[in-house]
Amino acid sequence: MGKFKKKTKADPEIPTSALPDIIFMLLFFFMVTTVMRETTVNVQQRIPKATELRKLQRKSLVSYLYMGKPRNTSMFGGEPKLQANDVFIEVKDVIMWVEKEKSKLDEVERDQITIALKVDENVKMGLISDVQMELRKANARKLMYSVPQRTE
Amino acid sequence: MARSKRGGATINSSSMADIAFLLLIFFLVTTTIANDKGLTLQLPPNPEDIVQQDIKIPERNIFKILINSSDKLMVENNPMQDSREIRELVKEFVLNNGVNPTLSDSPKKAIVSIKANRGTSYEKFIEIYNEVQGAYYDMYAARAGVSNKKWREIASKTSDPDNKRIYDEARMDFPMQISIAEPNKLSK
Repeated sequence: MGKFKKKTKADPEIPTSALPDIIFMLLFFFMVTTVMRETTVNVQQRIPKATELRKLQRKSLVSYLYMGKPRNTSMFGGEPKLQANDVFIEVKDVIMWVEKEKSKLDEVERDQITIALKVDENVKMGLISDVQMELRKANARKLMYSVPQRTE
Repeated sequence: MARSKRGGATINSSSMADIAFLLLIFFLVTTTIANDKGLTLQLPPNPEDIVQQDIKIPERNIFKILINSSDKLMVENNPMQDSREIRELVKEFVLNNGVNPTLSDSPKKAIVSIKANRGTSYEKFIEIYNEVQGAYYDMYAARAGVSNKKWREIASKTSDPDNKRIYDEARMDFPMQISIAEPNKLSK
């Protein structure tokens, strides 16, 4: 019997004093790795997936341009539109937008600006090539098709 | 003296975990993991700055991929159903080194041309562009003796001198020449 009594001495409860520390660690991880959503995307974004992705070298040099059918079709119509910084823009305004984005960067880095296109899968290449032509005119020639990784 | 013995002066910390959980859930919900990956592309210069000159490129050095408005493929004048075949064809074309008279002279001269129609969907274009870039990454990776994934990591971080050296070596006389042609206007 003496043998059994020894066992009952051990505290059957799991110590929970380290729980807050673990949770805090998780909390800090998420706080560091995530960024707050800056813009509300008002266009549909079902982005096609790809496998051969590359990471951007400098995130601060990237400006995002969204394309797709507006979410609120009764207000903005069903044709694909461009969105930059919360507002819809026309193709002809792209040059002006690029200049504005460039002016936010340091002078030495202005020609390194990268435009990331987030385009819905149903957008036609006609619109995209029009935008690309404007980007060429604006001398913002680094382009990235921002797409998620396809897992197979 | 008796007083301090009686009251163990500890703050009750059992709700600490709950508070931390609450904060954690708040951050989980309000944030999105930064997604800064994609297919890279260098656009040609402003058309107004380019001096028009007729450069004759032999037919054999161009690998033509056409996509029409109903997302149908035509590769080197043959219709194709499965876009995954493109990768091997591109590799064969670039690495030909003058052996087959219908394929390229050398990797340096080889150009892959993708021409989409104005009605082609972005989805199809990305699918094709992904395959062509993938073919090039495969070839670079083979030259550098690393895996495709590793190669892309190296190419994304050329600020590291070691990576830069590997990158430059593999790309020596082996440029990635993917031409994305302007789609035809529907009515001229």
